[in-house]
Amino acid sequence: MKKTVEKGAHEQLVQISKRAALPGWKSWVIRVLAVLASLIVCAVIIVLFTGDNPFAIYVTMIKGAVGTSRRIWSLLQGVAMLLCVSLAVTPAFKMRFWNIGAEGQVLMGGLATASCMILFGNKLPSYVLLPLVIVASIAAAAIWALIPAVFKAIWNTNETLFTLMMNYIAIQIVSYFTYIWSVPKGSGKIGVINPDTQAGWLPIIGKYNYLLNILIVAALTVAIYIYLRYSKHGYEIAVVGESENTAKYIGINVRKVIIRTMLLSGALCGVAGLLLVSGTDHTITRDTAGGRGFTAIMVSWLAKFNPLYMILTSLLLVFMQKGATEISTVFGLNDSFSDIITGIIIFFIIGSEFFINYSVRFRSRKGAEAK
Amino acid sequence: MKKILAVLLAAVLVLALAACGGKPSDEAKDFKAGFIFLHDENSTYDLNFINAAKQACENLGVTPILKTNIDESNDCYEAAADLVDSGCGLVFADSFGHESFMIQAAKEFPDVQFCHATGTRAHTENLANYHNAFASIYEGRYLAGVAAGLKLNQMIEEGKITAEEAKIGYVGAWTYAEVISGYTSFYLGAKSICPTATMEVQFTGSWYDETAEKEAATLLINDKCVLISQHADSMGAPTACEKAGVPNISYNGSTVSACPNTFIVSSRIDWTPYMEYVIKAAMEGTEIDTDWTGTLATGSVALTDVNEAAAAPGTVEKIEEVKAGLEDGSIHVFDTAAFTKDGAKLDSYMADVDTDEAYTPDTEVIADGYFHESEYRSAPYFDLRIDGITLLNEKY
Repeated sequence: MKKTVEKGAHEQLVQISKRAALPGWKSWVIRVLAVLASLIVCAVIIVLFTGDNPFAIYVTMIKGAVGTSRRIWSLLQGVAMLLCVSLAVTPAFKMRFWNIGAEGQVLMGGLATASCMILFGNKLPSYVLLPLVIVASIAAAAIWALIPAVFKAIWNTNETLFTLMMNYIAIQIVSYFTYIWSVPKGSGKIGVINPDTQAGWLPIIGKYNYLLNILIVAALTVAIYIYLRYSKHGYEIAVVGESENTAKYIGINVRKVIIRTMLLSGALCGVAGLLLVSGTDHTITRDTAGGRGFTAIMVSWLAKFNPLYMILTSLLLVFMQKGATEISTVFGLNDSFSDIITGIIIFFIIGSEFFINYSVRFRSRKGAEAK
Repeated sequence: MKKILAVLLAAVLVLALAACGGKPSDEAKDFKAGFIFLHDENSTYDLNFINAAKQACENLGVTPILKTNIDESNDCYEAAADLVDSGCGLVFADSFGHESFMIQAAKEFPDVQFCHATGTRAHTENLANYHNAFASIYEGRYLAGVAAGLKLNQMIEEGKITAEEAKIGYVGAWTYAEVISGYTSFYLGAKSICPTATMEVQFTGSWYDETAEKEAATLLINDKCVLISQHADSMGAPTACEKAGVPNISYNGSTVSACPNTFIVSSRIDWTPYMEYVIKAAMEGTEIDTDWTGTLATGSVALTDVNEAAAAPGTVEKIEEVKAGLEDGSIHVFDTAAFTKDGAKLDSYMADVDTDEAYTPDTEVIADGYFHESEYRSAPYFDLRIDGITLLNEKY
């Protein structure tokens, strides 16, 4: 590495410079080292604050995530749901459109699903009801995403604030309807919808409750990968993301791309809402999205907006979360402690990206004395 | 290279898993009881359940497995199934919204007993292994109301307020029977001591929302409520009271350590007797009541110690006196002579005991001059809006 800093009184204590791209194996070594380092830091914290054996805790985490076949299915289901929302935000992110409204978009999709199940559950045959549920959920979420997109495209409003605020509106709308449809009246809980007829429920493949969800998200992952990487739309998204002016110069209709991409983003959130309500919970609460709209941002960024890497990053996060829950059960530690552990590990992983992209050198002793 | 790495990693994983399985289990602790909680210890509601679960398991020498922060979603079903996988012979859940998912699990695992607190559907689902439980907490709230009434009288006697200004504020979570029955019994207890008492209720639309509960309590205090009580699960209302110096009747357990100057007393359900009962029954394979109502007599309805620093003099004695009256049947909380609805005394009321989506009234619940609460099912069904109580917001 060449020297980039002059010696003298103004020399900085720490010098940071952008690296040339590291070979793949080197960057993976840094990542693995980061995870190991984080485990060591966590071990120290575990011993200091709880006195428990850190290795026992790590083993418990692994068991909690993949200890039984049910847990593996549950893990895969969790990955599928998080991945679905992450896929949804990714096209927008690639376009540098900061859609942090996925939480609300998922909820609106879920609410549309629940509405159809409640209002038409016992009135329409399932071959009409199911397509209706699917169309309604996708449309509702797409419209919820379309609103900030139109404002951005036409009046250049700040999409970060706009999409964020739309989340709270969606949560309140869901709260309103959970009150309207609550059983018993005023309890704020809808309970499982159509438990006897299962009207509007997505079908189950064999005995595997979550297999359909998982397959749908797997197919979507491949589709979005191809869309972003090989389609004309995907190219346009990348160009708009890099430079709007370049996009305009080469004749891309930027407004159209923004609106089209956000419609796609919303539609995918609608699918997530559909899978959560019709395919999993069969009810809706204001917690149905469960913070996935925000966690998805991390999944997408960590994977550098690559849908295939996102399988790994969402797996990592869900694995940690499932493992953390088991820690609190087995060791009687509050969930917050598990969150601290998870936070430390993620912090190291994000930090490792910094060391992959930049080289850091400390000022030599000599330089310090010379001052 | 990659393949070798993968194989090595897998081998390490397998070894790690094998190493930690298969511990010899203690004979005495063979029976495992699983518990599902909506929140963790930070919620007064869940803490009350967690303490009871630990106590009951300790008393009986069985192993508890506790799962906290389980949403009222498919997560609850997953948690229940996972507890069954872990060898639990009994699974208990503590939140109203868990019910649908507990029923789903109960249908799938007929050999395991499922018990659910505050639910309403066991008596109509007809599953041999699914049970509801609640307690006649309206009696506890009535007693707590007596303490409130004494405090109001003290404030009137000391000239701090006039008799007409004896207004109680109440922070409620939702607008269904569980909450309505609670605040009405509390109000009737206070009114039995301080006849001019009135009450305002502010709802939060959540069982646990510290900010909303604090705001609701502050709103009531600003609205000249001179005493506050709550039926919601955070420390929001008690801490708002302590800050404003307004007396507070708490719920779920004592909040005296955080509120030494304003905490008077708290009513709570002690779930230990029920948990001991169901764990024993599940161990011995005896039948569990479909719908179990704990009472003062079973030790399920309890009051914490009275905080003498905030309570009116003579509170402890008066509570004991009224409690004896409730136990011997000379006092009924929902005595129809004690309240009116739209200015008239009630002789008849059909309640929605068998929960359904249309809220169909199905059972006559007034007889012998009082409303028979928690007799036709354990969960409350008193949902009358009586005179003297103003609901400030009914949007929930």
